[in-house]
Amino acid sequence: MDRVSAAFYPVGMSDTDGRRWHDMGGRDAGPVPQDEHDFALWEKRVDALMMLCSDKGFFTVDGLRRVLEDMGEEAFETMTYYERWMAAVNQNLIEQGVYSLEELGTKMEEIAARGDSYGEAQDV
Amino acid sequence: MPHDHHDHHHDGLSASGHPFRSDNDEALTYWQRMEIAARELLIEKGIVTPAEVAAQIDAMDARSPANGAAVVARAWTDPAFKDRLLANGSDACREMGFDVGALHLVVVENTEAVHNLIVCTLCSCYPRTLLGLPPDWYKTRAYRSRAVIEPRKVLREFGLDLPDHVTVRVHDSTADMRYLVLPARPAGTDGMDEAALAALVTRDSMIGTGLPRQP
Repeated sequence: MDRVSAAFYPVGMSDTDGRRWHDMGGRDAGPVPQDEHDFALWEKRVDALMMLCSDKGFFTVDGLRRVLEDMGEEAFETMTYYERWMAAVNQNLIEQGVYSLEELGTKMEEIAARGDSYGEAQDV
Repeated sequence: MPHDHHDHHHDGLSASGHPFRSDNDEALTYWQRMEIAARELLIEKGIVTPAEVAAQIDAMDARSPANGAAVVARAWTDPAFKDRLLANGSDACREMGFDVGALHLVVVENTEAVHNLIVCTLCSCYPRTLLGLPPDWYKTRAYRSRAVIEPRKVLREFGLDLPDHVTVRVHDSTADMRYLVLPARPAGTDGMDEAALAALVTRDSMIGTGLPRQP
């Protein structure tokens, strides 16, 4: 941090520099993990739901980002990328009144009863 | 029970050489259940159709680094196109049928003196239309944090050791502005046509963590 920006942030504002956790640029971190995976069907579906709901005007990428950022650093460390996206898409849809928490809960219980794997839990 | 079985590669790697992440046959997770529930509720309420979801995934699968490679190869062979690409990336890509929507696409050119690298420090913004979905490492804390402060060290982890006389420029993407690196055309490619050149252009060379293949 240069002198001007160091002076801008009040000392003791936080244990870092006043930035939120997701504002990671320039922080210390370990080696870049180079492993990659091909996205699973359910991950692509989360992505597709985000794009479709956004195209249809229910929320924007800013709405997605707001929830992702508010979920905090622990969620970043413990959940996968599309798990976090799913949580954010769901939060936006509930806020928009697209479905209720109760409808979601009922549906998720119904799905749990269909089978033990993602393939078995499809309603087809 | 209907079961969505795909062909399984028993060495645990996909055709593209990546491990499969635990998938349809693993124990159903909470977040997978939520995905199924959200999708079914959206369908029941008439907001999306199964066909729209499938079409969205087909379109996602069709977007790959081959799109970006075609743009790069065109820029290498058509100086007027290259000028348009560097002036307005979104419009130039649209000419080739790659619609980046409302996003501003900024194309940054690598030369003998300058090497460009792209990152999204805040999230995972990436030129999806041209490169497909971002690789896992692009979204990691390590890449997001370090690319902007010690890019040469990060590049060395990717096997790219740039000489000191090369200036490294790092571009931080936003929700509305995406970057694509136009790599330098490799030497020894004078006689090659656009299709052959495109085959040299790797995904990482368009992110800046790699260079094009040598002919």
